[in-house]
Amino acid sequence: MTGKTIAEKILLAHNLSGNEIKSGDIINAKIDLIMSHFGTAKVSSDFNKIRNPKKRKVFDPNKIVVIFDHYNPAPTERWAAIHNMIRNFVKKQGITNFYDIKEGICHQVLPEKGHIKPGMLIVGGDSHTTTYGAFNAASCGVGNTDLFYAYVKGELWFRVPHTIKFNITGKLPHNVMSKDIIIKIAGDYSAEVANYKSIEFTGKTMESLSIASRMTMSNFALELGAKFSFGVPDQKVINWVKERTNKSFELVKPDYDATYEKFYEMEVNDLEPQVSCPNTIDNVKSVSEVIGTKINQAFLGSCTNGRYEDLEVAAKILEGKEIHRDVRMIVTPASKMIWLEAAKSGIAEILINAGAIITNPSCGACFGGQGGILGPGEVCISSSNRNFQGRMGSINSKVYLGSPATVAASALKGEIADPRDF
Amino acid sequence: MKISRKDREYKDVLKGNVWVFPDNVDTDAISPSQYINDPKEMAKHTCETINKDFASKVKDGDIIVAGRYFGCGSSRETAPTILQQKGIVAIIAESFARIFYRSSFALALPILEIDDISKHFKTGEEMEVDIPNAEVTNLTSGNKFKGTKIHPILLNFLKAGGLENQLIEELGK
Repeated sequence: MTGKTIAEKILLAHNLSGNEIKSGDIINAKIDLIMSHFGTAKVSSDFNKIRNPKKRKVFDPNKIVVIFDHYNPAPTERWAAIHNMIRNFVKKQGITNFYDIKEGICHQVLPEKGHIKPGMLIVGGDSHTTTYGAFNAASCGVGNTDLFYAYVKGELWFRVPHTIKFNITGKLPHNVMSKDIIIKIAGDYSAEVANYKSIEFTGKTMESLSIASRMTMSNFALELGAKFSFGVPDQKVINWVKERTNKSFELVKPDYDATYEKFYEMEVNDLEPQVSCPNTIDNVKSVSEVIGTKINQAFLGSCTNGRYEDLEVAAKILEGKEIHRDVRMIVTPASKMIWLEAAKSGIAEILINAGAIITNPSCGACFGGQGGILGPGEVCISSSNRNFQGRMGSINSKVYLGSPATVAASALKGEIADPRDF
Repeated sequence: MKISRKDREYKDVLKGNVWVFPDNVDTDAISPSQYINDPKEMAKHTCETINKDFASKVKDGDIIVAGRYFGCGSSRETAPTILQQKGIVAIIAESFARIFYRSSFALALPILEIDDISKHFKTGEEMEVDIPNAEVTNLTSGNKFKGTKIHPILLNFLKAGGLENQLIEELGK
């Protein structure tokens, strides 16, 4: 018998039939944790369709986390009503892991609060649930109907994925970030390179990256189609998780003789900052090819790049300077903890003095929901994860995706700029 | 615009007129978030960046034929749902993004993966789809194309009228 990948090991450990598994099999697996945000409203209305009121119970209220992050605080009366519907649902179901409007974006808050551990099988009602792969968890997004099924049964069907491996080596140049690595992968191998597949990131560069930088890559891997996206399983993960939970866990490492569908090698010593140009993730250019593209808005935030180190890198570029007068710079920290840290360290002050506005933690402008919608003809450089037509507002606006450093440098110049010059 | 159980009644063979879509049709194109506050408004704007006539001219029983990576992007289930509400009864694409793929089965929207299929159809042509055999026929040209058969477990979701119906039936009275 050949060895197993991380995905195979975690799915085997959760396979309800107890049978051996191989890539391509469809199995029923036990879920360790369910995350849902505004989709909880749909789930709660589905519960009312269960005919026997006594059966309208979630499988285990302690294995569910509900959080408000997309429309935060409620921008309209309709959203206020949806929020209240969800508040009532979690109370009735005894779901105590409920985070109301003040905490931040799901993919930042769940790890911060100690809900995520290595080896877990997690589903979330959000595509970027792959983020928890940075913590060695098998974690993916599903739609609301799958979510409802998992809420009731605590299990769900999974197709055992093939795994592809990206080996990343070299030292990133000044102001080139993990976001540039993952955008470069999209550009080189297409936005579909990991569709239905599990990714394992390995190599010296990955080992040297902070947990936050690894989260960026596991998060953006969804844009490459990934089902799971595992960072390196190392001591950094153990330390980070142990600081946030007392519960025991063990890292899941791939077997040396595991079967991979494909290997990719990448060397980053000379990597240029990368930009995903409108309107697909894999329309990628090096920053030097798009330098000078005029922008109206610079967005620093989202579950991809709204973490403390992202704000810090922007603050270093913006300190003592003023952003271009024709640019609105919107900073949305990914969580309350990050906002507080930025307030205490003085980073928030630097950003505000440079002319940025800082919003409350939320998904905000990233998905065109609220807090920075683009008008017709406008152009935005964004640290977020999607540049689809109309993603951040008008279908006649354009979104360029880059690293936090590229966003900050561009905000200063009023046009897409190279952060290595700062 | 609710879908009744009858509308989701499974049939092995479907016939309908085709809309041909390109590669990389994303969930923001299908289900634009700026209209999330108003599902009726969203229905008017679905896929407008792909084909501006689609939302106003799509008919009940129509079929989408698309290129690669259909439904990439968000996990928003409003994407497959809105297409069902507009009358789409099946989607045949060269590949689907993972979450859209599983949500389609959860919602009993039949989908098939067939290589290069978007090159063999033009918008307005008539198609016959044999779901269990993963075979489609271009009734205009007479050509047949075979794709990947749906896994029996997933085919059962379609027959049960979706995962929600299946679960509610299983839980009984």
